[in-house]
Amino acid sequence: MSAARDAWRLPATALAEAVRSGGLAVEAAVESGWAGPAAQWEADVRAVVHRDDSARAAGAAAARRLPAEAPLRGVPVLVKDNLCTTDFPTTCASRVLAGYRPPYDATVIRRLRAAGAVVVGKGNMDEFAMGSSTEFSCYGPTRNPFDLERVPGGSSGGPAAAVAYGLCPLALGSDTGGSVRQPAAFCGVFGLKPTYGRLSRYGLVAFGSSLDQVGIFARHAGDAAAAYAALAGPDPCDATTRLSPVPDVARWEHGVQGLRFGWPANLWREGVEREVVAGLEAAAAALERAGATRVPFDFLPGEYAVATYYLVATAEASSNLARFDGVRYGFRHEDSPDVRALYTRTRSQGFGPEVQRRILLGTYALSAGYYDAYYLTAQRARTRIRREYQAAFARCDLMMMPAAPTLAFRLGEKLEDPLAMYLSDIFTIGANLAGIPGLTVPMGLAAADGRPALPRAVQLLGPDDAEPVLLAAGRALEVRGEVARLEARHETEVAWPTKR
Amino acid sequence: MSIQRDDVQKIAELARLEIPAERVERVARELSAVLDYAASLGQLDLTGCEPTAFAPVLAPLRADALDGRRLTPEQALAQAPEGEGGFFLVPPIVENLNP
Repeated sequence: MSAARDAWRLPATALAEAVRSGGLAVEAAVESGWAGPAAQWEADVRAVVHRDDSARAAGAAAARRLPAEAPLRGVPVLVKDNLCTTDFPTTCASRVLAGYRPPYDATVIRRLRAAGAVVVGKGNMDEFAMGSSTEFSCYGPTRNPFDLERVPGGSSGGPAAAVAYGLCPLALGSDTGGSVRQPAAFCGVFGLKPTYGRLSRYGLVAFGSSLDQVGIFARHAGDAAAAYAALAGPDPCDATTRLSPVPDVARWEHGVQGLRFGWPANLWREGVEREVVAGLEAAAAALERAGATRVPFDFLPGEYAVATYYLVATAEASSNLARFDGVRYGFRHEDSPDVRALYTRTRSQGFGPEVQRRILLGTYALSAGYYDAYYLTAQRARTRIRREYQAAFARCDLMMMPAAPTLAFRLGEKLEDPLAMYLSDIFTIGANLAGIPGLTVPMGLAAADGRPALPRAVQLLGPDDAEPVLLAAGRALEVRGEVARLEARHETEVAWPTKR
Repeated sequence: MSIQRDDVQKIAELARLEIPAERVERVARELSAVLDYAASLGQLDLTGCEPTAFAPVLAPLRADALDGRRLTPEQALAQAPEGEGGFFLVPPIVENLNP
């Protein structure tokens, strides 16, 4: 890479190495995306909801003072707007948190900064992470950089789109039912949802606490591994973090010789787009060429996971979102005669339609008379779903399936039909219910007559703490799959969107 | 439909939300669609399946601890829409406090 001008194309690890070796100033690394592709893309894509040049400069200055060996020194990172940051507002793309500035950093933000990475803005999202298209944002939708008429997926659509167009090589999102893995698939980037409890949730605004997990977007498997190594580990501020040793992802480049991958083809026999299935076939063939073995079996259809999820997640959300009442922070309805009116008016005007819908659903599922029929049944189904995954992983090291049943869909296509929107999570939700890790791996572009080429992807799921296996398989696909069909160099293996 | 107009009003009250009259019918329809879909769980054999509240976490309970970080009262109040003398200010909670 010859000049700072092209630094934005580098993987995060190569960018940090360029800084460490003195070839690139910290500031130049941090600014590489804003000075480069963002100037071309951001006005159309709208991935970023809070931008602050002086906060970014202060972040770069702090990174410059760190020791040279800080593993991500100078790497710019866009962070989803539901992770608390002291130097940028944190609003969950909701009117109810308008202007909110947290008094503390989320633990994952502290660890990012300690590793030398610099927060360069906050990424757009569906309000409170409730949605699959980033259309339910009080700031308006983010658009897919591969086709501006299509959604980037959601709910972490801003971070996914920003990594795809080149603002930054890494971004953080959150994944409660697929909100990292599905937008990663729509935008053609890697999306890692770690094992529940591996990344601290302290400072992640809660949606469904038993499901939420911070996730990582990257253009390269090695970058996802580097970010995971910097962020994972126990946190005294989050009692659900695991105390056992963090899985060692240093072997992400060691290949998949002897690996057995599950192939539950019954899941995509119907209702899945042809191009998505073609991506699965290409990935399976590439893994087999790299020495892995395909293990076919039938698996529990995803409809049950969707049904379970939309009872469990909404119940937890209705409880978690009770705190937004106009008293301690954020938006307040100004003209309320009593405190009850204050709560009701603040919440009715502060929350958007999808958030209100889910609060209502969750309140119903938890209400007297319906608790057993809905919430308790869903919790028992959750046990069954986790057992299904455990049984599958007795037969294979990981499972391959779609990340989403379709390629990126059109803006507005599912906006008026909540159930249709929910069903776009049908392949991702199971991992959250079971607590297991998942990785979306981009598989190049699917061309079609009459529309721009769109990213396609596969999802890999593994048992608890399988992050090293997932990343090794992701890397194998990165170099042996469609992504690398040009036999290109590491930093140019990515399918960049082109401006039309 | 599993949810009627009256149900919507009742749930909304519990959730401290106000649904405009012209939207109640539509909300009832949308919630019913999801709940009817969720009824598919009735087809799943749940024999021997105890409820799972959380994905199993291997962290044992720990002793209480402080890590030294804490918010000052000023920091805690800094984001409040209205505050006074170290307190959050809200409209009246009970009536007739002023004679």
